[in-house]
Amino acid sequence: MTLSLQGVHTHIGAYHILHGVDLEVPAGQVTMLLGRNGAGKTTTLRTIMGLWAASAGRVAFGGQDITRLGTPAIAQCGVAYVPENMGIFGDLTVRENLLLAARGARTLDDIDTQRLDWLCGLFPALRTFWLHPAGALSGGQKQMLAIARAMIEPRRLLLVDEPSKGLAPAIVQNLIAALREMKATQTTLLLVEQNFALARALGDHVAVMDNGRVVHRGSMAALVDDDALQQRLLGLSLGAHQ
Amino acid sequence: MSATLPRTRFDVVPLALVPALALAAWPLVGTSSTWLTLTVAGLAMGMIVFIVASGLTLVFGLMDVLNFGHGVFIAFGAFIATSVLGGLADWTGADSLWLNLAALLPAMLAAMALAAAVGWAFERVLVRPVYGQHLKQILITMGGMIIGEELIKAIWGPALVPLSLPAALRGVLALGDASVEKFRLLATGLGALVLVAMLYLLNRTKLGLLVRAGVQDREMVESLGYPIRRLFVGVFVAGSALAGLGGALWALYQQGVVPQIGAQLNVLIFIVIIIGGLGSTLGCLAGALLVGLLANYTGFLWPKLALFSNIGLMVLVLLWRPRGLYPVTSR
Repeated sequence: MTLSLQGVHTHIGAYHILHGVDLEVPAGQVTMLLGRNGAGKTTTLRTIMGLWAASAGRVAFGGQDITRLGTPAIAQCGVAYVPENMGIFGDLTVRENLLLAARGARTLDDIDTQRLDWLCGLFPALRTFWLHPAGALSGGQKQMLAIARAMIEPRRLLLVDEPSKGLAPAIVQNLIAALREMKATQTTLLLVEQNFALARALGDHVAVMDNGRVVHRGSMAALVDDDALQQRLLGLSLGAHQ
Repeated sequence: MSATLPRTRFDVVPLALVPALALAAWPLVGTSSTWLTLTVAGLAMGMIVFIVASGLTLVFGLMDVLNFGHGVFIAFGAFIATSVLGGLADWTGADSLWLNLAALLPAMLAAMALAAAVGWAFERVLVRPVYGQHLKQILITMGGMIIGEELIKAIWGPALVPLSLPAALRGVLALGDASVEKFRLLATGLGALVLVAMLYLLNRTKLGLLVRAGVQDREMVESLGYPIRRLFVGVFVAGSALAGLGGALWALYQQGVVPQIGAQLNVLIFIVIIIGGLGSTLGCLAGALLVGLLANYTGFLWPKLALFSNIGLMVLVLLWRPRGLYPVTSR
C-alpha cells in the first residue's frame, strides 16, 4: 500500500517544523528518508503516525485519508512505528513486550508460532533473554526487540527512525537481513537513516529533507551513482564511505 | 519455549523491610502480646491505606496526573457506607456474623459505586481539560476536593457521624496473651484480597500488561494500536472505586466519619505512593505496610515522634532509593 504526503505542515508549540512536505512511499518497497539533523525527518514520521498532528496538508495510506486519525487508529490500519529511542517497555520482559505488540493475541499461545520462531531465528538474543526485563538489554538487543515487536504481526507499513544508531557493525548486518525479510513480505518501509551504507544496502528510493521540506526524491541507485548530487544534498560522497 | 530460558530475579529487599521492621520492633516493644497487637493493628492500617492508595499510584503512573482530589472519593465512599450501614441497623446490631457481613457487603459495594461515579465525573469535568499541565492539575483537583467536601457537608452535615462496628466484629480475639481486634483482621484479609486481585489483573492479563506498559510509555502503547484514553478513564474510575472501598473501611476503623476524612488521608496516601515508587502496586503495598507498622510502633514507644515517623520514613527511603522502593516510571 502506498503512503503519500501532500503539503504537510506540522507545528510543535510555537515552532513551525514541517513546511509542506510532499512525499510518495511506493508500496512494497523501501524508501530512505535522509537529511541532516533537524531537517524534519523524525517529525515527518511522528506526523504520519499521528503523534504530532499535521496543521495542514494530507496524509493518505492505501488511498485512505489518515491525517485526522488518532495514533491507535493509524496503527490499526497496519502501520508499525519504531521510534529513535526504540520505545521499549523496560520493566516488561522481552516476552511481554512482544505479547503486547501482538494486538490480536491474548496470550503467547495466540501468536503464530512460525512467525515467533522466524523472529527468534533472526534475533537469537530474544530467545536468550526471553524472561528478562527489556530494560536490561544492550542497545543493540533493544533495537532488535523494537524491530521484532514491529514485525510480530504482519504489517502493511513499517516506519523506523534511525534503526542503526549506536549499533555495532555486526548487529547492523543482522538488522539489514531482518529488514530485507520484511521487504520480501511486501511490507512498505520508510526508514530514517544517517548511516549511508545501510541506506544504500536497503533503499529502493530516497527522499532528502532540508528545513522541513523534501528537497529531492528519486531512486537510490541514481543517488549512489551521482557523487555531485550526494555532495550537494548530503554534504558527503558515498565513495568516501567505501 | 520459556522453560529452557533463564528467569529474571525479583527484588525482594523492599518487601523484606516489612518483616524486618516488625522483628526490629519486637525487643523494643518488650512483651510479645503487645507486639502482636500492635503488629496486627499496623498491618490492618497498612492494608486499608494500600486499598486507598493503590488506585492513585496507577493514576499517577499511567496518566501522569497529580490528583490532589483523590481524598474526595474516600470521603464519598465513607459517607455512603455509613448511610447504608445506618439503614441496615437491624442487621449490624444482630449477633449473627453472616447478617453483619450481609450488611457490610452492600455498604462496600455502594461505597465503590458512588466513588466510581464521582471519579468518572471528576475525570471528565476537571481532569480531562488539564492533561499534561501539572500546576493546573494540582489547583483544579484541590478545588474539586473542596467542592466535594462542601457537598458532603450539605448532604450529611459538617459534624462527625458516628459509626458502630457490626456486633460480631466488635471486641477482640485472644491469641495467647495478645488481643487482636476482630475488625482489623477482617480489614487485613480484605486488603489481601484486593492485593491478590490487583496482582492477578496486572501480571496475568493483557489488560494489566497494557496498564503496566502505559505507566512506562503512553505514546508507545498508542503506537501499538491501543487507545490509551479509554484505559485512562478505566483506571481512574477503578482507582476511585478502590478509594471508596478504603473510605468505608477507614470509617469503620475509626468508628466515625467527618467530611475532612479525605483531606486527612491524602497526606498519608501521597507519602505511601512516593515511598513505593509512582505507578508501582507492589511498592504501594510495601510503603503502606511500612507506614502502618511504623505509625503503630512509634505511637506506642515514642508518642511524640509518631507524627514525624511517616515523613522520616519517606526521607530515609528516598535517600536510599530516590525513585521509591519499586520505581516504575522515569518521572
